[in-house]
Amino acid sequence: MLTEAGQAAELRQQVRDFLAGHDPAAMPRLEFLRARFDAGLAWVHYPAGLGGQGLPRSFQGAVDAEFAAAGAPDNNPARIGIGLGMAAPTILAYGSEEQKQRWLRPLWTGEEVWCQLFSEPGAGSDLAGLATRAVRVEGDGSWRASGQKVWTSIAHVARWGLLLARTDPDVPKHAGLSYFGLNMDQPGVEVRPLRQLTGEAEFNEVFLTDAAIPDTDRIGNVGEGWRVAQATLMNERIAIGGGAMPREGGMVGLAAAAWREHPEARTPGLHDRLIRLWADAEVARLAGARLRQQLAAGTPGPEGSAAKVVFARLNQELSAFELELAGAAGLTYDDWTLRRPQSLSFFGRGPGYRYLRSRGNSIEGGTSEILRNIIAERVLGLPTEPRIDTKVAWKDLPR
Amino acid sequence: MSTTTDRTEGARSTAAIPDLRYSDAEEQLRAVVRDLLADRSPPAAVLARVDAGEADDVPLWRALAADLGCAGLLIDESHGGAGASYREAAVVAEETGKAVACVPYLTSAVMATTALLGAGDAELLGGLASGRLTAALAVGFASMPGTEMGSWPVRVGPPEDGDAPGVARLSGTVTGVAGALAADVLLVPGNGVPLRLYVVDATGPGVTRTPLVSLDATRPLADVTLDRVPGRPVASGEDAARAVAAALTAGAGVLASELFGVAEQCLGMTVGYVKERHQFARPVGSFQALKHRLADVWVAVTQARAAARYAAACLATGDPDTPVAVALAKAAAGDAAVLAAQECVQLHGGIGFTWEHPAHLLLKRAKSASMALGTSDRHRAALAGLVDLPPAPGN
Repeated sequence: MLTEAGQAAELRQQVRDFLAGHDPAAMPRLEFLRARFDAGLAWVHYPAGLGGQGLPRSFQGAVDAEFAAAGAPDNNPARIGIGLGMAAPTILAYGSEEQKQRWLRPLWTGEEVWCQLFSEPGAGSDLAGLATRAVRVEGDGSWRASGQKVWTSIAHVARWGLLLARTDPDVPKHAGLSYFGLNMDQPGVEVRPLRQLTGEAEFNEVFLTDAAIPDTDRIGNVGEGWRVAQATLMNERIAIGGGAMPREGGMVGLAAAAWREHPEARTPGLHDRLIRLWADAEVARLAGARLRQQLAAGTPGPEGSAAKVVFARLNQELSAFELELAGAAGLTYDDWTLRRPQSLSFFGRGPGYRYLRSRGNSIEGGTSEILRNIIAERVLGLPTEPRIDTKVAWKDLPR
Repeated sequence: MSTTTDRTEGARSTAAIPDLRYSDAEEQLRAVVRDLLADRSPPAAVLARVDAGEADDVPLWRALAADLGCAGLLIDESHGGAGASYREAAVVAEETGKAVACVPYLTSAVMATTALLGAGDAELLGGLASGRLTAALAVGFASMPGTEMGSWPVRVGPPEDGDAPGVARLSGTVTGVAGALAADVLLVPGNGVPLRLYVVDATGPGVTRTPLVSLDATRPLADVTLDRVPGRPVASGEDAARAVAAALTAGAGVLASELFGVAEQCLGMTVGYVKERHQFARPVGSFQALKHRLADVWVAVTQARAAARYAAACLATGDPDTPVAVALAKAAAGDAAVLAAQECVQLHGGIGFTWEHPAHLLLKRAKSASMALGTSDRHRAALAGLVDLPPAPGN
């Protein structure tokens, strides 16, 4: 049994041995990444044979650092965040052996981008009420999916979609769902940009018209879709809670810098707001660090749900602060043209953009109201509201 | 809706942040303390003490201090202590907060002990570690860490006939001292030249301790008046100033953990109640209006825990970030405790407003402790100075 430090040293040695046989400067990027995956050095907490070694997640840092120090290319995690953060854990937990073998390697290398097809115009907070139908084809057992999905980021470049669809309308809504990997590259899938209040279009609407799904692309059992989707959503909220960052590393850094640079704009009221926000942001950063320490030790707490609520409020209040501090410039906006950003960044644009974009933070990935319900019911164990929608067949619900 | 995460800004490892979890040893210590408090200091017993005006629970303090060794956590083994750190001390404070225990743990085992550790007085440290002696730092409990030594109210006079070498005669009144009534020994900052920290026999002639009616009756305050009382110096000049500053900073930092404990207790009590209490033929905890409020309390509690753990970890290693950590933790935990206690009273409804229900004990502890050793607002103001967020001109 190796000590933790010994294990990390042994992993670093593995990386150096790997690099000795695979010169990143001398081989194509994709080939290098595939070889890294096959050597079990992609994500060490994944099982052997699937890019990992079954180690605690905490050892990944040592591996990434060793590769980065050698100037090796990475898999551009910002581009494939949904694949890494949501699709992969879901496939790992509920996928068949064949699916894990087929999907995880190109997912990790970035050859195949994944998107998430959950929300619908008629099913936001009440996700389980969704109406997209997947109907079984007589004979070969495959499926045909029809319906409309919305708020799908990177759908226009995605090869696969995590699709939650209704396979049985005659049972209560949670029981009639199934979960699929949808091939986005087919005629039955149409992707249209969805312009948002910031002027740009980060997201898409996805229209499915008899889109074909082989039964081998179903993830989990028929009727088990809700349970599989929970795994995806839990990972989404962990991801949204934010990664590690230094003090003043997020939006609070912009607000603090603006305050320091513009003494003429300071008022006592803004000062009070800024100190409160700075303290709240720093405490949230510490809470995030504690959450990651628990995750790394394999004892995750429920605090991820808190992180997302706090993150949304802080982004909104900090950007509002920054806009007010900007004075006359706060009445202007940088650009209303319809853009199609590949990934979201709050940085590199003005405070007006941050103010507007952060309104979405308390809506996307579970509204802050739904998150409070989840905290109250799942963390605190409070009773649910009396409901009329959970015992009735989905097709008989008022809508 | 699909996710949007921002990964472009400088991601850095969390290596710089100390472990904010509880160690196994800390959890074991917690379990022992919790058992003692559950057995000896249930809410009804605390309430009975308050009613009887006997807020210092001497047998409980002896058990906690001497039998469990909690008085000596911060004292090293060569002086008879446990050689533990502020991390362990903070865990004990969480539990004394949850139980609203009537013990001078914070004032003796944390604040006075920290001052004496700075002064390096071996004889007194041995007495404190064994639980034989209880001490209090004679400063007002409202004092903000960083208060200038020159503003301390006790004057220093010349020795009198027969006094041992070095002894000075101290006179003056310190108002609102916590833990003074339970103390055998007072540590008195004397406003002489140079500034010195003196040890005074709390029960000796010339010392008058006048109990105040405290907002938090479970932590009694007293005015301490000294009339030409002999004081033995244990630290002088810069050393004395540092010892008192360290005691106030450690006190505020550990009080943050106590406040976190209060907040957690309020939340747990309220959640338990709204699951049981039925109105309109359903548990009141099933109403979304209440659930969301309790969710907000839980969020505040999780944030306060991280801040309090960070302060304890920084105090434990003497981290240069300690002033920032303590200011953050005291403000965050103070606000969380007050929120949780106020919601505890409100969501209990009528029963929460009665004397017989323990909610008010928690409310008074929360509000009082949130103001003690610097209000949340003062700590945030201090933070502004520490992290370079200057005020508006003219303020």
